[in-house]
Amino acid sequence: MAGVTLDTVRKVYAGNVEAVKGVSLGIEDGSFCVLVGPSGCGKSTLLRMIAGLETISGGTVKIGDRVVNQIEPADRDIAMVFQNYALYPHMSVYDNMAYGLKNRGTPKDEIEKRVKEAARILAIESFLERKPRALSGGQRQRVAMGRAIVRKPQVFLFDEPLSNLDAKLRVQMRVEIKRLQRALGVTSIYVTHDQVEAMTLSDKLVVMSGGQIEQVGTPSDVYRRPETRFVATFIGSPPMNILPGKVEGPGRVSVGGQMIQVTDMRDGLAPGSAIEVGLRPEDVQAGTGAGFSALTMDVDFVEELGATQLFHGKVAGAEFVVQASTGQIPADTRSLTLSIDPSNVHLFDPQTTKRLGRV
Amino acid sequence: MEKRALFSSKFLPYMLLLPQLAITIIFFYLPASQAIWQSFLMEDAFGLSSEFVGFENYRYLFQQPEYYRAMVNTAVFSTAVAVLSLACSLLLATQADKNLRGGEAYKTLLIWPYAVAPAIAGVLWIFMFHPSLGTLTRPIRAVGIDWNPLLNGDHAMLLLVLSATWKQISYNFLFFLAGLQSIPKSVIEAAAIDGAGPLRRFWTIIFPLLSPTTFFLIVVNIVYVFFDTFGIIDAVTGGGPAGQTTTLVYKVYADGRLGGDLGGSAAQSVILMVIVIGLTAIQFKYVERKVQY
Ligand SMILES: Nc1ncnc2c1ncn2[C@@H]1O[C@H](COP(=O)(O)OP(=O)(O)OP(=O)(O)O)[C@@H](O)[C@H]1O
Ligand SMILES: [Mg+2]
Repeated sequence: MAGVTLDTVRKVYAGNVEAVKGVSLGIEDGSFCVLVGPSGCGKSTLLRMIAGLETISGGTVKIGDRVVNQIEPADRDIAMVFQNYALYPHMSVYDNMAYGLKNRGTPKDEIEKRVKEAARILAIESFLERKPRALSGGQRQRVAMGRAIVRKPQVFLFDEPLSNLDAKLRVQMRVEIKRLQRALGVTSIYVTHDQVEAMTLSDKLVVMSGGQIEQVGTPSDVYRRPETRFVATFIGSPPMNILPGKVEGPGRVSVGGQMIQVTDMRDGLAPGSAIEVGLRPEDVQAGTGAGFSALTMDVDFVEELGATQLFHGKVAGAEFVVQASTGQIPADTRSLTLSIDPSNVHLFDPQTTKRLGRV
Repeated sequence: MEKRALFSSKFLPYMLLLPQLAITIIFFYLPASQAIWQSFLMEDAFGLSSEFVGFENYRYLFQQPEYYRAMVNTAVFSTAVAVLSLACSLLLATQADKNLRGGEAYKTLLIWPYAVAPAIAGVLWIFMFHPSLGTLTRPIRAVGIDWNPLLNGDHAMLLLVLSATWKQISYNFLFFLAGLQSIPKSVIEAAAIDGAGPLRRFWTIIFPLLSPTTFFLIVVNIVYVFFDTFGIIDAVTGGGPAGQTTTLVYKVYADGRLGGDLGGSAAQSVILMVIVIGLTAIQFKYVERKVQY
């Protein structure tokens, strides 16, 4: 086993496209790291540089304590699961899994043992003789996983491995990947743009945007204390509401003239200066509570999600969404009074978009 | 569900088929049946009358040692050209697939030879390799080879193989390049991560995945060498020296047109026809079955 260390890694594609702009990151041995970000933010590029499929334009990539910049993918002791599975179409499932071992000159009986073992773990024993085209998407996905685990590599790399599956299978495979990774204890780096996958799978969550890291932390860190407005609105669904506000004093801001108490607020902000106030749809309640601030909201329409309802409307002229358990608020409500827990308020600098929390 | 069109009239479908049928009959079945009929006739020395002789033309044909030699020539020629042109074009296509700088110009240049007429291609090669006029003859002589394709049968055959191969490489190249580009990049990358070096990747992944293309090209190339190289042979060697580069097709022409033996020449074309039908049948059988993955 080995950890992965990135030091100011950069990628410049032909035509001066800077896809990755100096990323530094340490991934501990045996941990599950998820890279998440919008399309085109450079997640795949970063992963492919770790795999050795793209040259590294700057910085160093270390696997264990070995710098691998100049090392061939085959010699990096990694395995990768691709979005389109990339199975060898002309080989049986067995041969697909055995290929990497054969290339490394593993003895035949050892290959058989390992393939059988992987097939058992992934419940694909009955397909071993089939060609990939005779398998469903989910089964192909398992074969791709099998091909990765038989090799017993130092690091697993996943590039959106579940995005070609339907919603239900996705949840199921997600759980299986997590369980498998726990059981094998292999360092894993997983790329996705699905934030639910990102939250549920990761020990370490890396949010990227525009070729740079926005924030690194445990999923709950990132959710509770987003460092930038981008992270705040990217992680969490429905996204966090951002309201234009004004600094009133220590621990106090206002939105459209309504006072809000804030627990996590930087000291020394000049009263009267502009500030952005972030509130998660699931963190605000209808009604009033002791020690909570109040905001009024005009409701436009309601979305039914089954267990919950989304109330869409406006607070102080800005778009606002509230998530509530079904039945908690009458669906024909036109105007809501919301109670705000001071510890659930996030503040951001309108210029730098950075969090204005305690240091 | 089956897809079928409904016609209110019984005649309409036949009428719609008629142009296609007419073309096939006029340009294929008519000449073919005429050749078959001709192959059972023998003309007198002056071409004034002909009489029905049954399989006499065929019997005579198979007694001629020249005919067997033409068969061997054809086999050597077609195998050499098919193998050489497929190998070269596959090599060139794998290089072109690498997306290097100047790749587009490289591809375009490789396609040009295909636009050159066979006879002109032959003349070009003669200019280079003619025993006394050829521009490349002197350097070859300089290294101690007594190069003379007009007298030496092996040299003549070599020259033919080279020029026919050169002409066919463009065509094969295009198909191989398309075949290579249809292999998903991630499959190759997966193999690279799986520890296969470039050569091993080629033989265990790329080559098997190209096999439908390769098989198709083998058939096309053999048919090409059988028939379309007539112009090249005529321009480069004229079947000589002493019939050493006469292939089956060239012999049809030589015997019928130059030798005036219409019956024998017709019998030869019938045999050629059978060979091609056989090749096509094999192709269909395979394309429908195996080969694909
Ligand atoms: N071969 C290439 N040449 C030039 N630019 C490229 C190349 N590959 C990727 N890029 C650019 O690099 C940037 C990052 O691409 P990358 O594939 O890493 O995005 P991603 O985060 O994986 O997105 P997605 O979620 O859509 O897969 C994009 O702007 C893309 O256009
Ligand atoms: Mg990607």
